[in-house]
Amino acid sequence: MTDRFGDSLSRRSLLRAGGAALLAPALASPALSQGQSDVIRIGHLTPRTGFLGPLGEFAMQAAQLAIEEINATGGIAGRKVELLSEDSVNPQTASAKAERMIQRDRVACLVGEINSASALAISQVAQREKVLFINTGANSDALRGSDCKRFMFHVEAQNTMMVRACGRALLDRGLIKGRKVYALTADYAFGHDLLKQAKKYFAAHDATLVGEDLIPTELTDFSPFLLKLRQAKPDLVICNLAGAQITNFLKQFSEFGLPFPVAGFGFDTALAWGAGPGNFLGTWPVIWHHQIDSPSAKKFVAAFKAKYKKPPENQGWGDYTAMKIVAQSMNELKTTESIKVVEHLESGAKFDIAKVREGYFRPWDHELMQEMFAITALPADQVKNPYDIFSSTGPLPGPDESLEVLATTREENACTFPV
Amino acid sequence: MQLVFILEQVLNGLLIGVQYLLIALGLSLIFSLGGIVNLAHGAFYAIGAYLTVLLTPTIGFGGALVASPLVVGVLGLLIERFLLRRFYRGDPTLALLLTFGLAMVAEQALRMAFGAAPVPFGIPTWLRGQVFIGDLIYSRYRLSILVVALACVACLWLLLTRTSFGRVVRAGVQNPDMVAALGISLRPYMTAVVTIAVGLAALAGTMMAPVTGVHPAMGAEILTFAFVVVVIGGLGSFWGVVFAALIVGVVRGLTAYAYPPATEAAVYALMVLVLMLRPRGLFGEHIARFE
Repeated sequence: MTDRFGDSLSRRSLLRAGGAALLAPALASPALSQGQSDVIRIGHLTPRTGFLGPLGEFAMQAAQLAIEEINATGGIAGRKVELLSEDSVNPQTASAKAERMIQRDRVACLVGEINSASALAISQVAQREKVLFINTGANSDALRGSDCKRFMFHVEAQNTMMVRACGRALLDRGLIKGRKVYALTADYAFGHDLLKQAKKYFAAHDATLVGEDLIPTELTDFSPFLLKLRQAKPDLVICNLAGAQITNFLKQFSEFGLPFPVAGFGFDTALAWGAGPGNFLGTWPVIWHHQIDSPSAKKFVAAFKAKYKKPPENQGWGDYTAMKIVAQSMNELKTTESIKVVEHLESGAKFDIAKVREGYFRPWDHELMQEMFAITALPADQVKNPYDIFSSTGPLPGPDESLEVLATTREENACTFPV
Repeated sequence: MQLVFILEQVLNGLLIGVQYLLIALGLSLIFSLGGIVNLAHGAFYAIGAYLTVLLTPTIGFGGALVASPLVVGVLGLLIERFLLRRFYRGDPTLALLLTFGLAMVAEQALRMAFGAAPVPFGIPTWLRGQVFIGDLIYSRYRLSILVVALACVACLWLLLTRTSFGRVVRAGVQNPDMVAALGISLRPYMTAVVTIAVGLAALAGTMMAPVTGVHPAMGAEILTFAFVVVVIGGLGSFWGVVFAALIVGVVRGLTAYAYPPATEAAVYALMVLVLMLRPRGLFGEHIARFE
């Protein structure tokens, strides 16, 4: 009788338990270390699991690199900097962890995030506790408009900047004016906001939206939508997806061999690298890429490659740059007090952000004014290695334009800081 | 035109369903015979995909299609022999915790070894392109993996219904005490069933690697769906799982056509509906010890 089963086994309880285990949130990774009081702690929160996890890893690695470099050059005001890094998981967890980092760990500031909903949750805690939060990856315009906060700054570009940067490249190639566009959009805060900005752009430039599908974020098989695209025969497919979905979409679009040009307004280079040889296609906006020709960009790329054996991408740039801005500001001010740093950033202080021109924060919405780029996939026979798979436009806006022309105006996205 | 298009969606749905099938059948077998809900099943799917990416440069995709399921199958054998075996008689919650833990270990191990970003992989050149059948156009690669998957399902069915091995397994599902009374130990059968089930999951991973992102969480992504298929089909029923996989594929396809935001939700709604009308699933068998 060696193969008897326990009496307590019931099919229903198993199903219930199985379901509960599947729904259980990923267990949190503990804070990296508990430091002493003579160090300055910076809290870093970003999604490490889930559909944005692939990007969070670059964010995390770049933040660590930045802190090592900062400590190698004397830390902040002579004190060592310690990075407390955690998986932000979802808005609820992000908010709880932000609160704990501020109240228990006494962090000098918070940096990070990719998910717009989690960034909003963290910003509410930061505003209440009056601690600086630098958003490095959440794009929604609302975060800079109706949801803006005095203590939140944005190194990441807003959706409108992404739409207008890529839109310029598409206009130049005659893919917008008078064309039929079909849009696939990630069905959550980021996607909805992006679709709204994209629609404004199409309306302003005489393009017709012939189809728009909201795609659940957990969807991995796009074949039903690829069949719809084949039937609709659009002049341009706009892919406003997020995270791991972009990789799936690129692979399957290429599998189905559809002839339509592809572009998107939301993009992360790591996901194109993950699609594999011959599968990357289309035109996309990026806030930064590893081929930018400036001394500080080259230095960052070399340091990242030496440490992690791969080039950094746009998300890594965001977290690296934010850390550098924080350290430089606190060193110049000789204080870590958040309100002083906020005033400094609002004063129009300029920073070397590993691009051609220096960047500065707009005082009224706290968006980093900076150059953007539109990249286009290289034909398969011109690709020499897994990373150099695209060609890029020059910096957008161009050298003789104001850095602010791509961003929303006050009228388009009004921000009133809560007291 | 509209009719051809809907037909196309239905056909595509059937093909997607077959991909869930390889995973769902293994899940159902392990549960029916061993009483273990294998939450690590998705992890084997992911490991199969990563192995394919590693092996393809040296032995080609065709070679990986054979080698990857075999290697992962052996891994399954070892896990059954040294871990799962200890839990068949105990509290089912312990087995759940064990397999949940295994799934997390596997996912984090993949993340540490290969990074969280998807690893590049595509369809081999000889399988790229489209097949034209009348008005229908379809991806050559998907049709190819359909053939492989259907062949596997057919072999599994023959194994379960036409061999003495299959007779013991089916008897073990219905009444393990009687099987033991007849002097047959179910242990080697359980080892074989886990090995086959894990091998099939790895095969699914191999076949999906070219058309889906190869990243550490891919196992968790597919597992929920495979569970839904098993629940809809009914435990212990081979054809129930097959039928459910196809239904789920078609429902997804048609919802994508009619109301895209509900593409995933529709499948769960279907599950709720089935459980309300038929709590044992569509073709679920009455298994005394699970009631």
